[in-house]
Amino acid sequence: MNTNLKKINIYAIYLGAFILILPLIAFFINAFSFRWFYPQLVPKELSLQAWVRLKLIPKIDNRSFDNFLELWLSNPTIIKALLNSLTIGLIVTIASIIIALPAARVLGLLNFRFKKIIIFIMISPTILPPIAFVLGLNINFISLGLSGSFFGVCLVHLVPIMPYVVLTMTGIFANYNPDFEHQARTLGANKFKTFYLITLPAIAPGMVVAALFAFLVSWSQYLLTFLIGAGKIMTLPLLVFSTASSGNPALTAALSIVFIFPTILILFFASKFVTGDSSAKYGLGKL
Amino acid sequence: MSGDRLKIILSLTSPLLIIITLFFGGIFYGLLQSLGYQPAIQKYDINFDAYYNVMFSERYAKLFWTGLGLNLWVSFVSTFLAAAFALFGALAIRKTFFAKTFCNFIYSLNLPMPHLVVAIGMIFVFSQSGLLARMSSQVGLIGSPSDFPILVKDKYGLGIILTYVWKESAFFFIILMSVLQSLGENFEELAQSLGANKWQRFRYVILPLIMPSLFSASIIVFAFSFGAYEVPALLGISYPQMLPVMAFEFFLNPDLNARSEGMALSIIIAMIVMILVIIYFWLIQSKIRKN
Repeated sequence: MNTNLKKINIYAIYLGAFILILPLIAFFINAFSFRWFYPQLVPKELSLQAWVRLKLIPKIDNRSFDNFLELWLSNPTIIKALLNSLTIGLIVTIASIIIALPAARVLGLLNFRFKKIIIFIMISPTILPPIAFVLGLNINFISLGLSGSFFGVCLVHLVPIMPYVVLTMTGIFANYNPDFEHQARTLGANKFKTFYLITLPAIAPGMVVAALFAFLVSWSQYLLTFLIGAGKIMTLPLLVFSTASSGNPALTAALSIVFIFPTILILFFASKFVTGDSSAKYGLGKL
Repeated sequence: MSGDRLKIILSLTSPLLIIITLFFGGIFYGLLQSLGYQPAIQKYDINFDAYYNVMFSERYAKLFWTGLGLNLWVSFVSTFLAAAFALFGALAIRKTFFAKTFCNFIYSLNLPMPHLVVAIGMIFVFSQSGLLARMSSQVGLIGSPSDFPILVKDKYGLGIILTYVWKESAFFFIILMSVLQSLGENFEELAQSLGANKWQRFRYVILPLIMPSLFSASIIVFAFSFGAYEVPALLGISYPQMLPVMAFEFFLNPDLNARSEGMALSIIIAMIVMILVIIYFWLIQSKIRKN
């Protein structure tokens, strides 16, 4: 009786996993099929046509390394969007870590007046929806000339990212003992060396998680980029959205696969770090 | 001590500046515009016309109230279903079995996926010529695609709900797994030795212990799904329409007067989310006081 129940339990887990993975299966079939008509469950012909049309793969008769390179260097929309997404993501991640580091240290290690209010202000963008601030901000950015600029988009990406990075790193510093730094300093290490040899190794694991998820938030940002980028800054989510609205399933699926590939990689690396009971993981709900 | 104070101020200035100028500044400016202050078209008087128009004018009232209804329905149902699904998953998976790591990975797979992609996935799976329709046709359940029920781009927001359930159940799952793991099995074993059956162990031991985390996660998911734009923009229809999409369309309207209405709507959305969060904290506080 009990083993039967256990078996049912495990089958239910597998069924759940299968249901969860259905969209992924659909993505791959759509992206690698040609004329996948209803009611075929499995496509009759496999094809790389969608990838050729996205200009990620050259036409069938000239698939040499040089042709790949030439195609990619001809700067098709997808490569442009990919590069924009990557650059914005990297800039915003690095900037947010640098800005958050001193603040998190102070919030994690020291007690002072107004600390609760400051934390409350800092995390408010995680609760209130982006549409509440970006419409007003958009008009300000237009008058400041930041609308449609790369810098403006990076700046606005910092808003949803900042609270998460500050919160995660505050958690790290709450369990951090600054006495080691004093010891290093008395032993003659300068400020830079102390940071590099003592502080950084201690906070590195948490910082990696914060950075990975900061990148993810930027990577999947649609509304903020669309409004502040004013159609001039094309990123992957914008491209995916417009392709999906125009309704070509094969192209949409292929683009989506390009779009989600790094996110799955990040999950794979971060899953090692995101364990245990830390308040930081609530930031994941924002992704 | 004053050195400390200087250090505190210097360290906190830049992140606070970003949040205050961009986030609160944006909200403040949106609020001004929603009250009719639009220097761009020489309007400087403050009034509540935009709010009145959105909520009570003949033109928009129906769209607004059905939209609000849809918003509440979608957010409540998807939060509840995602939490329930994740709870079943987490309770089943936490005990060791041979494919545990793999299943763990699959159940958290949707966590880093952008909402946009999950929404597209729902189109591929649940549309009338989607994967599920094809499966049903293979086993002879349906004939033509039109026999399959309309599950995406429908008037009940089912596609939107499905997207959020898929996506947020991974978030709930991660939260629940880490809470369950930190609890261990001591409490349950104790309850079992005192004669509690499976249901009693769940109802009186596990559920109270995980409730605080489940609640905090729920409020985040609810707030998010209430104000998010992409998913209803992709999977919604023009009537009834969820409020964030409506606000955005007002805003993009070439008629600059409609801008105030768009801003008013976005402020209304933010206010509703804020009120719900305040109620939530108030509930938690009163519960803490009672205990």
